[in-house]
Amino acid sequence: MNAIALQMLFGDRGKYIAMIIGIGFASLIMTQQPSIFWGLLTRTYAFIGDVAAPDIWVMDPGVQFVEEHKPIRDTDLARVRGVPGVAWAAPMYKNLMIVKLPDGSTRSIDLTGLDDATLIGAPPQIVEGSLESLRQADGVLVDKESAFTRLRVSMPDGSTRPLAIGDVMEINDRRAVVVGYAKASRNFVLQPFIYTTYTRALTYAPQNRRQLTYVLVKAQQGVDIQALADRISSEVDLLALTSDQFKTVTFDYWMKNTGIPINFGISVTLGFIVGAAVAGQAFFNFIRENLKQYAALKAMGLRSGVLVRMVLLQSLVVGLTGYGLGVGMTALFGYLMRDTVLAFSMHPFILVFALAGVFLIVAAAALLSIRQVIKIDPAVVFRG
Amino acid sequence: MRCQGVVKRFGEGAGEVVALRGVDLDIRAGEFMMLVGPSGCGKTTLISVIAGILASDEGSCEVLGERYEAMRSSQKMDFRAKNIGFVFQQFNLLPSLSIAENVAIPMIINGHDRSRAMQAARAMLDEVGLGDRADSKPNLLSGGQQQRVAIARALVHEPKILLCDEPTSALDHTTGMKILDMMRSLSARHGTTLIVVTHDSRIFKYADRIAHMDDGRIDKLLSASEYMETTR
Repeated sequence: MNAIALQMLFGDRGKYIAMIIGIGFASLIMTQQPSIFWGLLTRTYAFIGDVAAPDIWVMDPGVQFVEEHKPIRDTDLARVRGVPGVAWAAPMYKNLMIVKLPDGSTRSIDLTGLDDATLIGAPPQIVEGSLESLRQADGVLVDKESAFTRLRVSMPDGSTRPLAIGDVMEINDRRAVVVGYAKASRNFVLQPFIYTTYTRALTYAPQNRRQLTYVLVKAQQGVDIQALADRISSEVDLLALTSDQFKTVTFDYWMKNTGIPINFGISVTLGFIVGAAVAGQAFFNFIRENLKQYAALKAMGLRSGVLVRMVLLQSLVVGLTGYGLGVGMTALFGYLMRDTVLAFSMHPFILVFALAGVFLIVAAAALLSIRQVIKIDPAVVFRG
Repeated sequence: MRCQGVVKRFGEGAGEVVALRGVDLDIRAGEFMMLVGPSGCGKTTLISVIAGILASDEGSCEVLGERYEAMRSSQKMDFRAKNIGFVFQQFNLLPSLSIAENVAIPMIINGHDRSRAMQAARAMLDEVGLGDRADSKPNLLSGGQQQRVAIARALVHEPKILLCDEPTSALDHTTGMKILDMMRSLSARHGTTLIVVTHDSRIFKYADRIAHMDDGRIDKLLSASEYMETTR
């Protein structure tokens, strides 16, 4: 009877399409919005992922997310280096600052100062120029995407051009020369990234008693990273987190302190409700319009259990087809939006979540429909 | 088939309706019995009880030596699937299935595999003269053709009893006569007992006996010729 159930389903083409569009829409919303949400949240710790070399980040205990500049003493670097189990430790400066472009306009930027000797913490990709060019006088590397968008330079004729290699800018009244372009993962706060050496970054920074933002630590081979982080925390009296822990701390900060989860949660819930309403109603109507046929089958001796299986199969096929359609559209959306400013990351758990949502919709629709099918009196077929 | 003192009530208290008030009826194997009478007299209720679709409140029906009262619900379903064929007033064909697939349904319900069921369905469609339309959809057929499909569906699994509810009411006179001719010859060929509910006096002549019902009782049970004589 399974084949007959499917033929009944596919035979009513209008309703079948309405049902899979309903489920597809719900699946689209339940995968696309969380994928954007997840993409945004992964951006909150993108910088930590880009700085791949260290095992441990050491910082002021008050730091809540990676872009937060709460400086520690420069001498803390030496103290960290003195902790047993540390293979190397490098300083990093990171702070939001103001840059004056060649046309005189100013922009807010995210300045990162890398260890002068090793340049540890450099962006993952240098797309023009080289990392070594940072050693040139006043040299800075600029994120290429920002150079072509948010750091565009206005020309006298009113047009604009990208910030070019060789352009001279000012950061805190000091000269900064663009010596190359880097490609960094987009971060959450969306300030253009500019990289330079640690020493030069300090010359750009407002003078404070404390300047160092992070100490990046590599554990010696064979040393337990978590144990080393705990040891640094206790011996240096600073917060020492493994890279994964720091990602989690940053992630949690944005989750707890912004309305993003609520906003996306509302979108997902609305999508779920609308999709459920459309698909549920269409499925319910489909069953209702076929009730007489189910009654005829029942009169002919088809057991209610088999009818229930037929309805479940129909709902399952509708659910899976609609789910495939919705997920396919989300994947296409993600593909078309790749490498754009839009955050998008389709984590497998989102697919599982959406599948659970779709099952919930079709289960509810099927249960309501099954109730009708079980209750239908086969004698109704004798009533004209 | 033997019904004795069958009572069937619907509703309760002041809203109670007694549809059957102690019906006694014997039908012989292979007989063509018609149930006639005014609307609401209990004809449809009686065939529902005979089919085991409705349970009687009093009395009992013994069909092919089995009593429904002694059967569980699933046993009743299996009994019905195996032994009873139905022809409905509105045909009740599944529109998304081909007519051969429609005819094959009772075979599939009885556990036959699809290819065997389709083979039997095509053979049965040949018998009702629709072998060349086996792959058509029901909505492409005329009312008479759809009823022939319904008859083929009712007989494909060779049931011992065929229950027909107003089989000619949706058809014109000529087509109705053809359908009755066909039902009679097919049931004779397959040795099937025919029970037909009808208002259509033009088809009375096809019956062996006619039971006239009124107000939930059989008030006349005569041969077709006697019945037509008394009602002339």
